[in-house]
Amino acid sequence: MTEIVITGLGATTPLGGDLASTWQAMLAGTSGVSAITEEWAAELPVRIAAYVKVDPSEVIDRVKARRLDRSTQLALIAAREAWADAGFTWEGDEDEVDPQRLSVSIASGIGGLHSLLNNWDAHRDKGYRRVSPFTIPMLMANAPAANVGLAVHAKAGVHTPVSACASSNEAISLALDQLRLGRSDIAVVGGTEATIHPLPIAAFGQMQALSRRNDEPERASRPWDRGRDGFVMGEGAAVLILETLEHARARGARIYGTIAGAGITADSHDIVQPDPTGEGQSGAMLKALADAGLAASDIRHVNAHGTSTPQGDLTEAGSIRTGLGDATDDCVVTSTKSMTGHLLGGAGALETIATVLALHERTVPPTINLEDPEPDLGIDIATAARPLPAGDLAGINNSFGFGGHNVAVAVTNANSNR
Amino acid sequence: MATTEEIRAQLAELVNDVAGVPVEDVQLDKSFVDDLDVDSLAMVEILVGCEEKFGVTIPDEESKNLKTVGDAVAYIEAHS
Repeated sequence: MTEIVITGLGATTPLGGDLASTWQAMLAGTSGVSAITEEWAAELPVRIAAYVKVDPSEVIDRVKARRLDRSTQLALIAAREAWADAGFTWEGDEDEVDPQRLSVSIASGIGGLHSLLNNWDAHRDKGYRRVSPFTIPMLMANAPAANVGLAVHAKAGVHTPVSACASSNEAISLALDQLRLGRSDIAVVGGTEATIHPLPIAAFGQMQALSRRNDEPERASRPWDRGRDGFVMGEGAAVLILETLEHARARGARIYGTIAGAGITADSHDIVQPDPTGEGQSGAMLKALADAGLAASDIRHVNAHGTSTPQGDLTEAGSIRTGLGDATDDCVVTSTKSMTGHLLGGAGALETIATVLALHERTVPPTINLEDPEPDLGIDIATAARPLPAGDLAGINNSFGFGGHNVAVAVTNANSNR
Repeated sequence: MATTEEIRAQLAELVNDVAGVPVEDVQLDKSFVDDLDVDSLAMVEILVGCEEKFGVTIPDEESKNLKTVGDAVAYIEAHS
């Protein structure tokens, strides 16, 4: 089967305005969570979130930004970095990459939430004439993908999978299929989310899904710790450039590793609770292994979904052991959400990038705040940055979404010319 | 009552804010679409902005007649 390689990476996250700063902060075990200082938070039970470290208004031209939802602005920043990292010119000539062979697959879990709600506010308070004519192209969930497609001149298809917090792993899986099927040679792939707004904070809060550790924001996201009490809402975007090995070699591209396979299952159990047996989650991991042609013993690292919810973390620990069996003992697990918070539709892409870099740099970033672990988890969690051995390495990134969506992505450091 | 030049200057700020056109380019003889490269959705925003700024009402059917900066200034002068 055609090998699909990773040739460009970019991100804007609560830990940094680009990937290099994000990765350094991850290795250092830095929390990106802080208090929500805006007035609206005062009366909410949840008053913490993980804002992007560099606000998009510092990066995106003001007039352009007026027409772009915050989620799209973040996606454009991450895509621009990834595109340049792969050696291309952002908003450059069509000669650089054949547009007919270039696709985009960029997810969002919720879409242009700020644009939708701000324009509703304007309509309700000032009348319909105050509704921006740009509202629809700003709020649509495919806006981030479409705007990235415009910037890079992608004509082989522009896609937006939506599966809540599994969305951007599903975007990676979709792009993998398309590249293998020969529908494009190169793809801009990832996810974005910008939902730090009173409505989703209140709504996730009403579900009892969010941490209320308001007095200690940096300690709030604590996967597998007995003191965990929910996830922390994060925002940001992450983008990868994927290519067929042939296309990458023909242009002498630098290669980080491969997207070796992907596995998708659905729980069909409950609209929000994970199936406590973990059958769907371990099933996704097993499908990813089979798709990649890897054995469980090849997997030396898992970047877990690990959101810091009471039930979710326990279920996933069991699923990892079910999926990998005894090979779990030689596998280092981490949850970078302990630092970034939960980027919802951006999470899968960011954490796949973290998995790729962990293999490429041979260092697993830590899970912070794990001070009092749940007993008998049966997985080896890195509480400090942990080295990985020399040689060929493979890893898995898990993402699970409300709706019972489970997507595991398998990556390797193969073809890495470093 | 604002002068023609005062209205033009305020409109220029609005056009700059919405569409990024340099304020000095927003002159009475310029066409929004052909000279200033203002697209149809930005034009809607500019006209709604005029309603807010100058206290006029610009019905949708009237907006298609406002092709130049001068057309808009004249409409505002006549209706504010």
